[in-house]
Amino acid sequence: MSTIVTLPDQQDARLPKLSYLNSEYGLKSWLLTGDHKRIAMLYLISITFFFFVGGAFAGLIRLELLTPLPDLVASDTYNKLFTMHGVIMIFLFLVPSVPATVGNFVIPIMVGAKDLAFPKINLLSWYLYVAGACFLVFALLNGGVDTGWTFTTPLSTHYLNTHVITAAMGVFIAGFSSIFTGLNFIVTIHRMRCPGMTWFRLPLFCWSHYAASILMVLGTPVLAITLVLVMLERTIGIGVFDPTKGGDPLLFQHLFWFYSHPAVYIMILPGMGVISEVISTFSRKRVFGYTAVAFSSVAIAVFGFFVWAHHMFIMGVSNYSALVFSLLTMLVAVPSAIKIFNWAATLYKGSITFETPMLYAFGFMGLFTIGGLTGVFLGSLGMDIHLTETYFIVAHFHFVMVGGMLMAYLSGVHFWWPKMTGRMYPESMSQLAAVTTFIGFILTFFPQFIVGYLGMPRRYHAYPPEFQVLNVLSTAGASVLGIGYLLPMLYMPWSLKYGKIAGSNPWQATGLEWQIQSPPLTENFVDIPIMDHEAYDYDWLAHKTEHEVTTVG
Amino acid sequence: MTASTPVAHEHHVVGPKIYLTILVALLVLTATTTGAAFINMGVFSPIVALGIACLKAVLVILFFMHIRYSSKVMMLTVGAGFFTFLVLITMTLSDYISRNWGLW
Amino acid sequence: MDSHAIATEHGEHELHDEEHPAYLRHHFVTVDQQRETASFGMWLFLLTEIMFFGGLFMAYLLYRNWYYDAFVAGSNTLGIALGTTNTAVLILSSFTMAMGVYSAEIRSRKGLLTSLSCTILLGLVFLGIKSVEYHEKYVEHHIPGASFSVEDFVHPSDKRDVPLAPDMAQHAQLFFFLYFAMTGMHALHMIIGISILFVLLYQAYHGAYMNGHTSTIDNFGLYWHFVDIVWIFLFPLLYLISRHPLK
Repeated sequence: MSTIVTLPDQQDARLPKLSYLNSEYGLKSWLLTGDHKRIAMLYLISITFFFFVGGAFAGLIRLELLTPLPDLVASDTYNKLFTMHGVIMIFLFLVPSVPATVGNFVIPIMVGAKDLAFPKINLLSWYLYVAGACFLVFALLNGGVDTGWTFTTPLSTHYLNTHVITAAMGVFIAGFSSIFTGLNFIVTIHRMRCPGMTWFRLPLFCWSHYAASILMVLGTPVLAITLVLVMLERTIGIGVFDPTKGGDPLLFQHLFWFYSHPAVYIMILPGMGVISEVISTFSRKRVFGYTAVAFSSVAIAVFGFFVWAHHMFIMGVSNYSALVFSLLTMLVAVPSAIKIFNWAATLYKGSITFETPMLYAFGFMGLFTIGGLTGVFLGSLGMDIHLTETYFIVAHFHFVMVGGMLMAYLSGVHFWWPKMTGRMYPESMSQLAAVTTFIGFILTFFPQFIVGYLGMPRRYHAYPPEFQVLNVLSTAGASVLGIGYLLPMLYMPWSLKYGKIAGSNPWQATGLEWQIQSPPLTENFVDIPIMDHEAYDYDWLAHKTEHEVTTVG
Repeated sequence: MTASTPVAHEHHVVGPKIYLTILVALLVLTATTTGAAFINMGVFSPIVALGIACLKAVLVILFFMHIRYSSKVMMLTVGAGFFTFLVLITMTLSDYISRNWGLW
Repeated sequence: MDSHAIATEHGEHELHDEEHPAYLRHHFVTVDQQRETASFGMWLFLLTEIMFFGGLFMAYLLYRNWYYDAFVAGSNTLGIALGTTNTAVLILSSFTMAMGVYSAEIRSRKGLLTSLSCTILLGLVFLGIKSVEYHEKYVEHHIPGASFSVEDFVHPSDKRDVPLAPDMAQHAQLFFFLYFAMTGMHALHMIIGISILFVLLYQAYHGAYMNGHTSTIDNFGLYWHFVDIVWIFLFPLLYLISRHPLK
């Protein structure tokens, strides 16, 4: 199979003498760093850890669902399993996944700056993430939370004895981590661009992160105050969400989903940014319709604020309100679709090669499209009445979040791994992992669309026996999926020591980050660059590398 | 100065005279809003009260917080914040207000 | 392939000393860029605060709509003299803070110290008056929860007040909850602000902010003004719902 990978001659290749990894030694130099690249690495380690914790919960859920009877765990325990799975996967994995790891690492370099606008706030973000995670681990180890990740009132405020407040505190703190990351990105992209780097020369990765950051900054605080109200309601019991005291439980849901819907765009937009970069690089073609993709990213962010009550159609909102939100939901699907069309058009007549990041990107294109289209089904009021709170919803969001976002995350980590570490991972292993993941994913989640459509409710650990076959298929798929996710845990660390030396631009990609050494210097650039060409300018790259000898460091 | 470098803002120093004027305006508006609370204006009472509050906030934002002398980006940023707040309020209230309208 | 790969212009980056002061951080090219960046960052943080308080305002608007009579009754138990005074105090403190920013910009150490001290003083006065008001609520059994008493609402002592039905009177608890939550959250922000002011005062006393690096004072000023704006909205919403002589 052809490949565009171009590595330096491995006989004499060495990693650069000086890079951000060896510029300083010692634990303190990592824990008190201001270097965005080191902070990205800190995040990478923490996020990976929590991904597997969340994954373990998923494994237990699927184990229980092998049989129709509630025979593995007690009901309360099962509630705790899916709650912790959701809370950890969303707040400790998906929300920070691409922005905090790849975004932190690459955005300053992409805009031509020496660091993010606020390096200390960046470090604070990581500590807030860890603090929030500690609260959640504490809640977990002390019996868990069983409210569902949605903390719906009045269940969470009045009817449970579990550690709701601790968990809410954890999410509250982790939310501020997200806010500060977004704040940093917005200011960096506005103010730290190098000379010549106009908005429309930025890689689309930056546009996606800019849009996601707007959502982080404006949406997350509403979640924060909502959790504060839940905590106050639990402790003092004022009645703000209590019907018996005149409160309205739906007020909680309005405030909660006002954040949590934009949250799904916070999660997916950075992944879409990765896909733009990867699809362009591995088809050797500029992204089709740069402006459309850029504006679509911002449009998704803006419209994302107008649709939250589509999570509440059966909860008691007025019919008129439901109608308006349903119509607006149809609207928000359009920019996402525009992006898919543009990526497909990028592929058309491109020189496509199938390196691992591209395999994940293809997975994204297909699976996100299916997930997104089923989202449109759910946005129609009539359909939603029947499909909501069933496994159809579970399948929908796993298609977009796991089939979409997680694949995009893996694509991004593989794509920028050579830049972050200076090493290549073993290609055949990684391609195997990508294919395994894809197959495992479809086997796990496609049956869930069917079983949900047939009526199996979500968040139940017992179900009518006629659904067992589909559930068994789903669990079987989950095992395959698990293997697919575990494989990178084996070969990525392996590559740190034994992987081929990557050189600065193994993918022959455009973008400022590929013009500097791998791994980069602490200050990224010796002199601030001057940007004189458009994004995805492969002609410029060809011209530049015409007479060049590939050296390292 | 290249295409991407934002127009450097001369660091505009706002003087005490302006601050004093705004202070007096704000105090007068405070007295007005307190006084207006004792007048029965029916449905206009909350509108007047909120209107005066908005006016005071605008004065603080424009002059004490220097937005009057800041770049368009800053103005847009402030606008975006209030816009999002308004979306939260109006779209949530639209649910509550329309609940009594019955089933079509 | 190295980090010089992109064409750079060395000549233009020979900045003179006065453009490269000690307080210019390494990742910024000019002082202007650093100052505008810091200011933008603070504004974005204030946006998060708008949305944070926004949730509380939403709860308030809803329940005021649903339980208007209880909210009127509750609001009328708040002292309007103290409330108006507090509003004036906070506005005055915004003025002194703005003067502090001005003093830093014209490099007047004395002006800065005076302004910061006055702002602290006024902030403390505000909190003092607030605690007097809170104490009043405690004594009158208006704090929501176990000690709440509907007496004042079902059998109001003032002839101009309309007595409420017992269940509507219970809903006055929601008013007071929101009163304490919103003014409490606001007071928390004031306490944080005053603590930072003490730090700034200490630093200014030892000569800081006199070298043109006024970002910190500027941006703290933005925070302080924002806290003032929150109160500007809280005052009419909580104290002035319907003070006109009833019946």
